[in-house]
Amino acid sequence: MSGTAVIVKKVWQRRDRKTQFAVWAAWLFGTAVFVYCFQLISERTIWAFVLDAPAQAGDLGARMVPPAWSYIHYLWRPIWDTLNIATLGTIISIVIAVPIAYCAARNTTPSVAFVRPVALFIIVASRSINSLIWALMLVTIVGPGVFAGIIAIGLRSIGFVAKLLYEAIEEIDESQVEAVRSTGATPAQTTVYGIVPQVMPAFAGISVFRWDINIRESTVLGLVGAGGIGLELNAAITQLYWTQVSLMLLVIIATVILSEWVSAKVRHAII
Amino acid sequence: MLRIKGLTKRYRTGDLALKGIDIDVPDGQVMALIGPSGAGKSTVIRCINRLVEPTAGTITLNDTEIVGLRSGDLRRMRRRMGMIFQEYALVERLSVMENVLSGRLGYVGFWQSWARKFPQSDIDEAFRLLARVGLDHMADKRADELSGGQRQRVGICRALIQNPELLLVDEPTASLDPKTSRQIMRLIKELCAERKLAAIINIHDVMLAQMFAERIVGLKLGEIVYDGPPDKLTPAVLTQIYGEEDWASTIRKADDDAEPVDEAAPALPSIERDRLAGLT
Amino acid sequence: MSLALNHRRWKKPPAIKRAWLRWTLILGAAIYLSLALGTTHVNWARVWEGLPRGAQFITAFFPPNFSGRWSEIVEGISESLWMTVVATVVGIALSIPVGIGAARNISPAPVYYFCRSVLAVSRSFQEIILAIFFVKLFGFGPFAGFVTLTFATIGFYGKLLAEDIEDMDASQAEAVRATGAGWLQWLNFGVQPQVMPRMIGLGLYRLDINFRESAVIGIVGGGGIGATLDTSFNRYEFDSAAAIILVIIAIVMLTEYSSGYLRRWVQ
Repeated sequence: MSGTAVIVKKVWQRRDRKTQFAVWAAWLFGTAVFVYCFQLISERTIWAFVLDAPAQAGDLGARMVPPAWSYIHYLWRPIWDTLNIATLGTIISIVIAVPIAYCAARNTTPSVAFVRPVALFIIVASRSINSLIWALMLVTIVGPGVFAGIIAIGLRSIGFVAKLLYEAIEEIDESQVEAVRSTGATPAQTTVYGIVPQVMPAFAGISVFRWDINIRESTVLGLVGAGGIGLELNAAITQLYWTQVSLMLLVIIATVILSEWVSAKVRHAII
Repeated sequence: MLRIKGLTKRYRTGDLALKGIDIDVPDGQVMALIGPSGAGKSTVIRCINRLVEPTAGTITLNDTEIVGLRSGDLRRMRRRMGMIFQEYALVERLSVMENVLSGRLGYVGFWQSWARKFPQSDIDEAFRLLARVGLDHMADKRADELSGGQRQRVGICRALIQNPELLLVDEPTASLDPKTSRQIMRLIKELCAERKLAAIINIHDVMLAQMFAERIVGLKLGEIVYDGPPDKLTPAVLTQIYGEEDWASTIRKADDDAEPVDEAAPALPSIERDRLAGLT
Repeated sequence: MSLALNHRRWKKPPAIKRAWLRWTLILGAAIYLSLALGTTHVNWARVWEGLPRGAQFITAFFPPNFSGRWSEIVEGISESLWMTVVATVVGIALSIPVGIGAARNISPAPVYYFCRSVLAVSRSFQEIILAIFFVKLFGFGPFAGFVTLTFATIGFYGKLLAEDIEDMDASQAEAVRATGAGWLQWLNFGVQPQVMPRMIGLGLYRLDINFRESAVIGIVGGGGIGATLDTSFNRYEFDSAAAIILVIIAIVMLTEYSSGYLRRWVQ
């Protein structure tokens, strides 16, 4: 369009110049970091192996079929152990996590300045460390076996349960608590009548959800010697019994799907 | 009787919510506290049972000084005052009966209340009150299954089972439709008359205040600007309390076309998806 | 007040109304617990023996020994960080097409089922099991770890993206389609703005998770700090182990806080 008059065209831009620049800089920085990291990984990689991987995968796949179905009789006991590690570990973690959550929630903690930071630190420490590392630690301390697994799962889950629970406590409707307090109830009674009923569904949901995750995690704890089906899996892999390995993988999938189904059902029933 | 003298409240934010209020409420008087939002109505009644700590002033209920009571004495004081809340403030996941019985918490020990083993006399009284408000057949329903009006009736029972000497009522009709509002106000008035109970009712609906209260106190920016009978509440007085507006229609007829507040479905506490997902 | 009303009993109604179901559940739980506790063999002698070692481990934190294996710690942690960054970026990039394909409301049935099964496989296995196989295929080192974390990220992120797209407000997307936009334009204007804020947050979460996971896949040879940690535990060098654990906690806290900050900044 060629107008004779000077037409000031309005330019529309999605962002103003400064924001646009910041966005570009962020992208540039991100890309640089990514390329740099990839280069470092690539330096430590033997690319011949990587290129060979598809052939290897085919080979491994061929060796894994058919699964050694008859071996299933040896697996019932490890499966039972796995279930127990998850369940007992979850119970232990719940027992410990409830008071920690109570101390960590801003509206129930006895002291914001002293008790709350300690509770929060316990939560962070427990959550930062993978259950496998907890297991590794406990196997060296209390010896290999189911017991180390139970404690590892318990310690790892404290942070998870406590974090979600304290967030649930912080989100309760204060007016209900205030109403109970105004009847002249003691602090303990206020907790039981005003707070507990409000967080109960969240609490039950969190517990069942964590149990489901723990089933998953306890299938691998055996890799570091903490009992359960992972122990058998590790043995089969080191001895190259690939048909047994494939059977165990199927068993693990079945267990995980089953526990997920149970937990979804239970959570649905609660809520 | 309740005697409030020089009640002052300054919030931690620095806002002066109450500027030295004096009110005497004799036994058996139903008093309405009106005023625009932020006038300090809610602060007044929360100072009386010390859910909010007063900054200065004295409050005495039948010769007991309330300000300065320590925890145990304060709890014993609180059970002498029943409170009825805006939005009902029932513990939604407890049953109707548990909510009513929670009014007796100040009288029973912890383990007794934990096990829900209240004395039979309390249970009799709870059933009697529920029958009085027409809800005895709903005793084992969960509070969140009730309609707004029903919930407020349960709230009234919870306050009355304390066997209080004074009723503190905070916006009892704020989330009710006009008809239910009238029923609830009438119920409160009747129950106060039956028990010779004094009540302080915070209410924003001037019309309802005039219909059901014997005395009206108008509050504006933390100060009392009117204290007198409902029929002396002229447009000039209302303008003083609320600001300029055409008050004639408010005083003459009920504003029944107020929008009924819909009964919000009880929001069940759900676990947020991302949070769980992020933590696996 | 009638006489009948005078002494009406009240008991808190049980949470489960059907008596047989209630008792079956209680009994079942009791039987399970006694069986579980009864069949769990604990070698108490060994546990007792281990207690001093546990005490040793705890005292090792005061102070932890950073210097003993400092170069290995730096090496391992930086490997973990590289894997985390690269795997998160590649994983999220790959999970976008998979996630879109796995959203029932915008994908044709065959694509939907294919993408859903990819997600199901990726989510069924623990990272550590995947790592064992990828180490077998790609050899020891961070590349195997990178592939593991990428694959796991696809399962996590793709599933959440798919769910988010399924939950979006159809009318907004429809309005964009009504303007005559092409399919990609429609994704860009109708779908992306709706799911973007939450997905950025979840991407940062995943970065967090990937770092935590990267600390363990070294145990099976997938690169990162895990190998160093494994060695120090096996040699009972608790003071180095304590140092590594503290470094992990510190980095996790750092990423958690900075990702929380970033999320607020982005939204």
